[in-house]
Amino acid sequence: MKKLLNDPQNAVTESLEGFTAVHADLVELSLDPTYVTRAGGPVPNKVGLVSGGGSGHEPLHAGFVGDGMLDAAVPGEMFTSPTPDQIQPALEAADSGAGVLAIVKNYTGDVLNFEMAVELAGDDDHRVTTVLVNDDVAVEDSLYTAGRRGVAGTVAVEKIAGAAAARGDDLETVTAVAQRVADNVRTMGVALAPCTVPHVGRPGFELGDDEIEIGIGIHGEPGRRRAPVATADEITDQLLDPVVEDLGLTDGESVLLFVNGMGGTPLSELYVVYRRARSRLEGLGVSVSRSLVGNYVTSLEMQGASVSVLRLDDETTQLWDAPVRTAALHW
Amino acid sequence: MLDVSWAVRWVRLTAEAVGLAKAELTELDRRIGDGDHGENLDRGYRAVVERLDALDPEPENVGDVLKLIATTLMSKVGGASGPLYGTAYLRAAKATAVPSLDASAVVALVEGALDGVTARGKAVPGEKTMVDAWQAAADAAAAAAHEGASAEEVLRRASTAATAGAASTTSMVATKGRASYLGDRSAGSADPGATSTALILDAAVRAVGEGR
Repeated sequence: MKKLLNDPQNAVTESLEGFTAVHADLVELSLDPTYVTRAGGPVPNKVGLVSGGGSGHEPLHAGFVGDGMLDAAVPGEMFTSPTPDQIQPALEAADSGAGVLAIVKNYTGDVLNFEMAVELAGDDDHRVTTVLVNDDVAVEDSLYTAGRRGVAGTVAVEKIAGAAAARGDDLETVTAVAQRVADNVRTMGVALAPCTVPHVGRPGFELGDDEIEIGIGIHGEPGRRRAPVATADEITDQLLDPVVEDLGLTDGESVLLFVNGMGGTPLSELYVVYRRARSRLEGLGVSVSRSLVGNYVTSLEMQGASVSVLRLDDETTQLWDAPVRTAALHW
Repeated sequence: MLDVSWAVRWVRLTAEAVGLAKAELTELDRRIGDGDHGENLDRGYRAVVERLDALDPEPENVGDVLKLIATTLMSKVGGASGPLYGTAYLRAAKATAVPSLDASAVVALVEGALDGVTARGKAVPGEKTMVDAWQAAADAAAAAAHEGASAEEVLRRASTAATAGAASTTSMVATKGRASYLGDRSAGSADPGATSTALILDAAVRAVGEGR
């Protein structure tokens, strides 16, 4: 294992210290317990937005703290959910009095720790609602599993709900908008090579030179199946087809197409994936009216990508277009 | 006697047992989860012992000791097992706000823990989770108390049943937690959470013996 590391136990903190120093105009870092808040504190009368999860997915979530998106982000240890004593103060720090929406990826650890923190914050008279993101279509049967995982679609939920909060919507409305985005976004990912958690020191799984893992989550956990390596177009089709089918997309609909890199795949390859996915969607009569390509929800240095499609309506399109000023997303 | 010093000995023996089984628990978790159960739980119980050492004077009720375990595990363990064990100990603490436990209080402790795990994790028996160990323990404790067994005997029967319950998870296919994403591939290895539950209850029984 070769990594730019000092003591692996300090990797998360050292990275956050660097991040917040770079973006001191946008964010503030709290240590012990660890969480990141918007610089200058919560915006008066605005609903607060908080998300969090294991580290190793940067820029998710701290990279999305700022105007028009999150008010606080709670990073856990590498690939380990944050604890309630971190999440609770972050929820409270994000509350201007208008209530807080917690956006939680559907992983058992994240769900349980957020649930406890929300209960604790509720005991202290903070109004907190929760929206679970579970966009990963690779998990086929939610009846026999912990349910679909929350992956790259989380970015769309955070951006659009963030814009709803920024325009002054109340907690119920912001929550409903976030839920609508979560209900209309689907994702599927592929790994070409695994990643290594610093303090573990060996890859989370093994892949042969000629193998890929289709349907991965974002912690290097197993996917739907192992397949032989194929052309970019063939792999893209294997990702996009289940997404389109699960969304039930029809002729004339308008979508956001989001191709996300897992950390170790160059942008040039992500654009090749985007090109194919766009042409497939257009072939189905679906209009790709908004796009995003880049490394936003990563899995350390994993090689691979995910394809997300969000069904848009007029309101969610406007909210996507609304100004945003964060470390990782700004327009 | 199942009093406060028993509860304190229980904590120390649990921390010791988890430390010794760290590698085994992590290996079980690596097979069907994300490979951090041993490390996470060891970090949690070491923190519990540190806080216990710093306590002065000793707590008045058994429940106070369990509450200290609950809050520490919640803040130190993370993942799924932090909230699950945290809630288990919290509910068990609420049921044991007394200086020493009689047979029915032991039943209430185990049933409280089961309720906590179930409320938090929403699992039912047979899904290859720690519920399989806690449910077996709660059933055995209730049956023993019903037959008029002593507090110590109720605890012993609960522990034996938890060990059997943990062993029974080996053949199960997981439908909750991260192991569930493996489907049929999750069978053939015991659930790490059920295994650590059995360790914890075994330590509770050994803590009785050490007090004599």
